[in-house]
Amino acid sequence: MGTLKSKINIMILTQKKGSLILGSSGFLLLLSSLFFSPQDELLLLVASMLMMVSGSLLYFKKVYGSSLAGIKNDGVWFNALTAEGIWGWALGIALTGFYVAIYWFPEVLGFNTNGTSTGLVQVFDPLSYALNGNAATQWFLYGTLYTTAILLFGVKFIWKYRHNRYQIIRTLSVMFFQLCFAFLIPEILGKLNPETPYFAKDLKNMWPLNYYFLDQWHLKNMLNGGNLGLFFLTFGLALMFIISPILTYLYGKRWYCSWVCGCGALAETAGDPFRQLSSKKISVWKFERWMIHVVLVFISVTTIAVLWSFLSSNSTMSWFSREQFIGGIVIFILVVMALLFFWKTGALSKDAKYSLLSLGIILIAVLSIQAFSGEKNILFINSYKLQKWYGFGVGAAFSGVLGVGFYPILGSRVWCRFGCPMAAILGLQQRLLSRFRITTNGGQCISCGNCSTYCEMGIDVRAYAQRGENIVRSSCVGCGICSAVCPRGVLKLENDRLENRINSENYPLGNTL
Amino acid sequence: MSKNTPKKSIVIIGNGISGITAARHIRKQSDHTITIISEETPYFFSRTALMYVYMGHMRFEHTQPYENDFWEKNKINLRSERVTQVVNKKQILEFETGATLAYDILIIASGSKPNKLGWPGQDLKAVQGLYHKQDLDTLESWSPTIQSATLVGGGLIGIELAEMLHSRGKKVHFLVRESSFWNKVLPPEESEMINQHIRAHGIDLQLETELKAIESNEEGRAKGVITHKGDRIESQWVGLTVGVTPNIDFLKNSDLALGRGVKVNSYLETNLPNIYAIGDCAEQMEPVSGRRSIEAVWYTGRMMGETLAQTVVGNKTKYAPGHWFNSAKFFDIEYQTYGNVSIEPNPEEEHHLFWKHSNKNQSIRLSFNPTTLELLGCISMGIRLRHSIFDQWLTDKEPMDRVIQYFNQANFDPEFYPTYEKELSLEWELSKAKLIL
Repeated sequence: MGTLKSKINIMILTQKKGSLILGSSGFLLLLSSLFFSPQDELLLLVASMLMMVSGSLLYFKKVYGSSLAGIKNDGVWFNALTAEGIWGWALGIALTGFYVAIYWFPEVLGFNTNGTSTGLVQVFDPLSYALNGNAATQWFLYGTLYTTAILLFGVKFIWKYRHNRYQIIRTLSVMFFQLCFAFLIPEILGKLNPETPYFAKDLKNMWPLNYYFLDQWHLKNMLNGGNLGLFFLTFGLALMFIISPILTYLYGKRWYCSWVCGCGALAETAGDPFRQLSSKKISVWKFERWMIHVVLVFISVTTIAVLWSFLSSNSTMSWFSREQFIGGIVIFILVVMALLFFWKTGALSKDAKYSLLSLGIILIAVLSIQAFSGEKNILFINSYKLQKWYGFGVGAAFSGVLGVGFYPILGSRVWCRFGCPMAAILGLQQRLLSRFRITTNGGQCISCGNCSTYCEMGIDVRAYAQRGENIVRSSCVGCGICSAVCPRGVLKLENDRLENRINSENYPLGNTL
Repeated sequence: MSKNTPKKSIVIIGNGISGITAARHIRKQSDHTITIISEETPYFFSRTALMYVYMGHMRFEHTQPYENDFWEKNKINLRSERVTQVVNKKQILEFETGATLAYDILIIASGSKPNKLGWPGQDLKAVQGLYHKQDLDTLESWSPTIQSATLVGGGLIGIELAEMLHSRGKKVHFLVRESSFWNKVLPPEESEMINQHIRAHGIDLQLETELKAIESNEEGRAKGVITHKGDRIESQWVGLTVGVTPNIDFLKNSDLALGRGVKVNSYLETNLPNIYAIGDCAEQMEPVSGRRSIEAVWYTGRMMGETLAQTVVGNKTKYAPGHWFNSAKFFDIEYQTYGNVSIEPNPEEEHHLFWKHSNKNQSIRLSFNPTTLELLGCISMGIRLRHSIFDQWLTDKEPMDRVIQYFNQANFDPEFYPTYEKELSLEWELSKAKLIL
């Protein structure tokens, strides 16, 4: 008996090692193109991808397939990769290096602006020609690797949580949206419409996460992009003002953040081993609230300023004047502020105050734009420069370098938590006007802390659960892992009526006090 | 109102869930000076979570529900001391360090300690229970030298230790005196489900097996156990998990009335004025009907703390827990219970409706009165049920027909999970037909 079991164990161990070697050989093969330009890039691409995919799938099968279904967190805090140890740092540095190369030194990867690329970028030429008809760029390389990571680690995640249907369906959803909406459809649409100017063709990438959606060049390209351009403009606006508010009301911001969004998709799949590294300190939560509101103010003001400039110089392309536009914005903000002030301040003092403050600053900024700005210069600063800073400072440095590069150090949702410009908008609505909450199951909580530990957004879930209170937090992305890891069946993600959604009781259920 | 009462010095012995809950609620409603004494850890942690620290799911810090500055912010003094004597005539505590502390009100919440039943070899090295943080540290220090471990006693801590050791690759032998795991609490079908699940994880579960002696090596460390059947099991570590006893040895020379625990009335008052006892260490002299005199459970500890805080701030309140509930997780199978489900029900008073999934580890058992058909209780395995709904149903003495009809409201499983209400309802119709026959 004993020897048979140890033989099986040794077999599993060797197979694990074998599959790891297979996968990393594929990866090294791919990386070799950085140093030796490939003779046959198609062969190299296919061979390395096949080795990486089959190696990792075999590995995941050995890790999760050979044990009973259930929570798989054994040893998470003993592992040098997942507990901020040496391997975690090594991976963090490697990922950060990759992002620095992509954003600022693409030539290191073989990208050549003026001619044929070499190296790693060249390896992806065959796929790029097939999908969009052009040679690969560093961004195509990045998109392909990004999508591959989500698909591979998505399979891993499904294996890991195969007993949990919410996790399976949610993961299939992010895999689908990444593969089709973010990767395939934009590439294919690009191929089918080679003569139209460039505009973003990822349907799910809405403003302000896509911060350049309302930039002058982007608006112009959409307006000049025929029916397709008009469709993307209309859909983008509908997404912002109609679809997103309705879906967030019905399901909370999870419909986007953990079911659709590409940043969320990577965090939930490739980032899953690092979710426990997010800080749960109250001081960090305070910082988070400041951050997301500052980002919201910044993105709103610069976008309004950019639109103001657009309307100033392109009055013929629009149905309304720049003065009407500013007036509309002022009325909109005043209405939201009034609603917030009269309706919700009592129950939600802190969040409501932050939001009121942010909106107030935006309002003052908008009026100042109207009063003090010329044609191009907004408040004496060039608004395009501001946008460009944001694009590089926040969009690139933060979302890529810090957001993904630091997965193994700061957790998988650093960007979503502190930098995402959608966080404040969707979060504010989730907190104030949504049917979504995480219900606490009466008095069953034992304060163990699994929920808080594995919350990738750094929410101290236990603080609510142990008081018998529902969790209604603007940052919750609805991944459902707190509920999955709870050993006592205490947490349930639910959409229900608004009454008693925030249930502050003196005592958890069970006592007759 | 109570904020105006004269300020008193309240001292709490023990920083577990009972003592901490009492302190928090006293603080919410009064300005009394609050001091919590603990010899175990500087800060409150969740005892039930110790297993996850050993398994690497969490670090020890993660088991602490409040940040370290919470206590100072809330003016709750924490002292690391070992109490050696309660001198009630002077209203002071004496500590091992020689220091003393005066109190106006003393709350004893000193918890439990693991039982030892007088086995030969029970005091050898690498023989221990699991209750205190120190027990976890001791286990961790032995861990690198354990290949094979034996657990004695088939309760909740026993199965936790089995899961813990198994997660670190140790061979686990699990000796259970009873004919099936935890069958004093779980009905036969549920108990058998857990037996099979334990074995499916590769644990050597030995039912109807008792410990006879623990063998020692030359260094005085356990090297194996002998069962009452005469079998010898090699193991470098032995876990004794045959229940817990109130941790009250330090009160032996005080004037407190002691039984198995500190004796209290229904107001949690001891025989001495201004001294109360709550949690695992309290022994109810008149327990609430149908309940045991000592309930070493997280939830009851919390409720006693909530109740006593009321009394301390001047609103004298009887300990009156609501409907019984509890939960646990046996490896991968979650367990929840509400109300009363007897193991050997009197057929005049209690019938059971039992449904089990044909191939998954899921079941629901509802107990009801065969005459009035009112719901009495529930046990679920692998299925999450809503506490608030069951609490309401038990209060309303809801008839089974309505319970079955509205069972989907009690479903607390995550979204998209397969439902079982149809199967349960079918089972109920069958069972009703039998009842009429």
